[in-house]
Amino acid sequence: MTGRFFAAGADRRIAITIAILLAVAIVVPILNIAVPPASAFHVPAYIVALVGKYLCYALLALALDLVWGYCGILSLGHGAFFALGGYAMGMYLMRQIGERGVYGNPLLPDFMVFLNWKELPWFWHGFDHFWFAALMVMLVPGLLAFIFGWFAFRSRVTGVYLSIITQAMTYALLLAFFRNDMGFGGNNGLTDFKDILGFNVQANTTRSALFAASAIALALGVFITWRIIGSKYGKLLMAVRDAESRTRFLGWRAENVKLFAFTVSAVMAGVAGALYVPQVGIINPGEFDPANSIEVVVWTAVGGRGTLVGPIIGALLVNGGKSWFTGAFPEFWLFALGGLFVAVTLFLPKGIVGMWDQWQNSRRERRAAATPEQGIPPIVEVAMPVKQKPAAKSSPTPLDGGEPQPAE
Amino acid sequence: MKILRALGLTFLLTLMFAAASSADEAALRQTVTKFATAKGFPAIEAVVRELGATGDPAVEKVLNALSEGNLYVRKSDDGVFIGKEGGATASLLDPLSGEPAGEALKAEITKIRVNNSLRGTIRDVLGTLTLGSDDPKVRLAAATTMFKSPDADAIPALDAAIAKETEASVKARMQDARASAVLVSDLPEAEKLAAIELLGKRGDRDTLSLLTGFQANAQGALKNAAGAAVEHINSTLALWQTGQNVWYGISLGSVLLLAAIGLAITFGVMGVINMAHGEMVMLGAYTTFVVQEVIRTHAPALFDWSLAIALPLAFLVAGGVGLAIERGIIRFLYGRPLETLLATWGVSLILQQAVRTIFGPTNREVGNPSWMSGAFDLGQLAITWNRLWILVFALCVFAVLLYVMKRTSWGLQMRAVTANRRMAASMGIRTPWVDALTFALGSGIAGIAGVALSQIDNVSPNLGQGYIIDSFMVVVFGGVGNLWGTLVGAMSLGILNKFLEPYAGAVLGKILVLVLIILFIQKRPRGLFALKGRAVEA
Repeated sequence: MTGRFFAAGADRRIAITIAILLAVAIVVPILNIAVPPASAFHVPAYIVALVGKYLCYALLALALDLVWGYCGILSLGHGAFFALGGYAMGMYLMRQIGERGVYGNPLLPDFMVFLNWKELPWFWHGFDHFWFAALMVMLVPGLLAFIFGWFAFRSRVTGVYLSIITQAMTYALLLAFFRNDMGFGGNNGLTDFKDILGFNVQANTTRSALFAASAIALALGVFITWRIIGSKYGKLLMAVRDAESRTRFLGWRAENVKLFAFTVSAVMAGVAGALYVPQVGIINPGEFDPANSIEVVVWTAVGGRGTLVGPIIGALLVNGGKSWFTGAFPEFWLFALGGLFVAVTLFLPKGIVGMWDQWQNSRRERRAAATPEQGIPPIVEVAMPVKQKPAAKSSPTPLDGGEPQPAE
Repeated sequence: MKILRALGLTFLLTLMFAAASSADEAALRQTVTKFATAKGFPAIEAVVRELGATGDPAVEKVLNALSEGNLYVRKSDDGVFIGKEGGATASLLDPLSGEPAGEALKAEITKIRVNNSLRGTIRDVLGTLTLGSDDPKVRLAAATTMFKSPDADAIPALDAAIAKETEASVKARMQDARASAVLVSDLPEAEKLAAIELLGKRGDRDTLSLLTGFQANAQGALKNAAGAAVEHINSTLALWQTGQNVWYGISLGSVLLLAAIGLAITFGVMGVINMAHGEMVMLGAYTTFVVQEVIRTHAPALFDWSLAIALPLAFLVAGGVGLAIERGIIRFLYGRPLETLLATWGVSLILQQAVRTIFGPTNREVGNPSWMSGAFDLGQLAITWNRLWILVFALCVFAVLLYVMKRTSWGLQMRAVTANRRMAASMGIRTPWVDALTFALGSGIAGIAGVALSQIDNVSPNLGQGYIIDSFMVVVFGGVGNLWGTLVGAMSLGILNKFLEPYAGAVLGKILVLVLIILFIQKRPRGLFALKGRAVEA
């Protein structure tokens, strides 16, 4: 096992990624808290908060990669799972405010007092316990994804249709959460948090701890995804992506395969949302905006879908770019983002990591051709299917490429 | 003898005055002078009613002046005049004839003050007076006023007016007004029952409130009759309400149809996911804005033609942008629908930001031409002209598109290319150009939809975003690749939305519709009118 662990290519890369993430989870908080601000090694608090946020985005992008990159399901509604996880955490944080709210009501959050509600709605019960909230963070997005996926995959809604109805799903949730009577704070969402597990959310130490938690969660996410796609089940996943009907004819239940991936992915997105909310201090219905979900897609696409490291790199790069752009040239950010969408699909269909792998492979092949006796170097296990069928990644049944297809 | 002579003289005089159609101006003047001595609003009101009871159109001037606060009393002789203030003096006019009657210092005259209830009374009285007007519209308005504020004293005047009336619609309205006056009078029960029956037949909202008010105070048979009439009206109104909902639904459906019909070409026929479709609509709306700005500054007289001018321009602008998108991006992505989706989403972001940079992020004002503003009533339905025109326009666009697709050689080529590209190419059809032009057509139609939608929606850079999900829902619901399906899909979604709204609220209604569509797609993944046969397997 350990022999294979450090074998080569993708596996080694993933191991390194996990190691880096764990190291970051330990080092950055230390550099922030223990190193004096005057030191050159001090990491300022705002960097911790910013990168912590990016790590949550990276986990979300990874979750999307599991379904899109490995299973061919382009979900335009992953922001909904992220936001639901965030709301579950937000509800816990709201309950922790207790009597310190503006209206000082020990039981009801401020917005309910404001709306003249007399008692806590049933779905707010239990959120005063962290364990319950943590359970809900995973259960609610997972359950929604399970129900939604069960209906969608069973009736073989695939490809673009699935993308559009996932978008409709997050749009419907956006509209629903904007309503005041839903009991989730309406337009303003949930904010003004005070404590998490008894620690002040504003405090430097708490922020560092949340940063570490995000990094560890991301490392865990990478590990789980890696185990999934490395297993027999992962092969099945990719088989469904590349030739769904063929897999079905071979006797596999393609819908169950997809449903599992979709649900796991939604849970990961929910966890990302839950870690995100205490770090930014607010959750509002804007997170359900279909535009947000589609932005996640571009993170994954930029980094390279169908690779495990790609979405992380993509999320960090695009969001770093976004922070820089919105600071330096706010009016050009949408141009840049739009251009990125177009450029990535036209020129970088495999993303940064995919392109890197391709370049490495062609170099190796050239070398192998030059010295044929030396045996063929190990082929990158994960990137392989991507390499073989570039056009088939998105459309499960390969069509004769390069031409528009008649409507179904 | 003296008395007899006096009587004879009076008779003659009366005849003369009658001939001059001014019943007895002297008596009228006498009544008018009572304003000088009337103290307090009730007293003034009594004088107003007395003037109204004469039924003489000549009192209109003085009553109007009173209502506007232009009626003055000269302190020296208690004479009543209509005054026009100007500096320290006021020019006086005769209250009945309106002829100049000298000037007076402001200190010499006092204004007769009025309050709102008095103004209301004056309005009612004038309403009664205008029953005799020559203009049927004025008579109708008068009858309507009297219907809304019933007055038992007006019954004789109404009876006289009904007898003279020749226009059926005005007559009916006058009878309604009389019936409502009967209800507040102390006439015998039989008359009131007849009145209730008459009102029950009319059956609109005003009658309903009138009868409900009457029912609350009535007793015995009257109460029952009124109750029955109220029930009857309620059921009629419910029927009209349903009709109104259907109309709102059709109206929403026409908007959806306009937004979706271009998509039915690009997505439905070509199979290209164009997420920038909403932005084509937005471009059309901004074209309208630019056209109107140019017209406002250079040729204001042409304003009513602005939409007609904007239509072809919007088609060209949006179609041109569509052509550029197809040639520049989409043609490299055929057969990769998910990539197309992402790339066109990027294009939509760029277009939105470009428009925001050029025109600013705020809403832009697009005016309604005169023929599109206002509303009219059809029975109990309130129909606004702009909604009606949009419906007509949407159907026209649909018909034209159907014609192009089914009856022109271009449409034939389009269908041939989508059915079997290679065969079409070997028959000599230039497939890349057909692709490009088809996409341009779909985009151009989105552009002209933008012209129409600019009339009812805010013209902002985000205009298109609001339509994109709805449009996809319509196309998917109706069945991809089927124009009739799009029509039926748009109308049924529109009506469904409007019928859910009263029960669930606007937002929840929309959510319910989305959920229903999601469930519907599970059941029929290929839409309401799925293509059958070979095309399905492609």
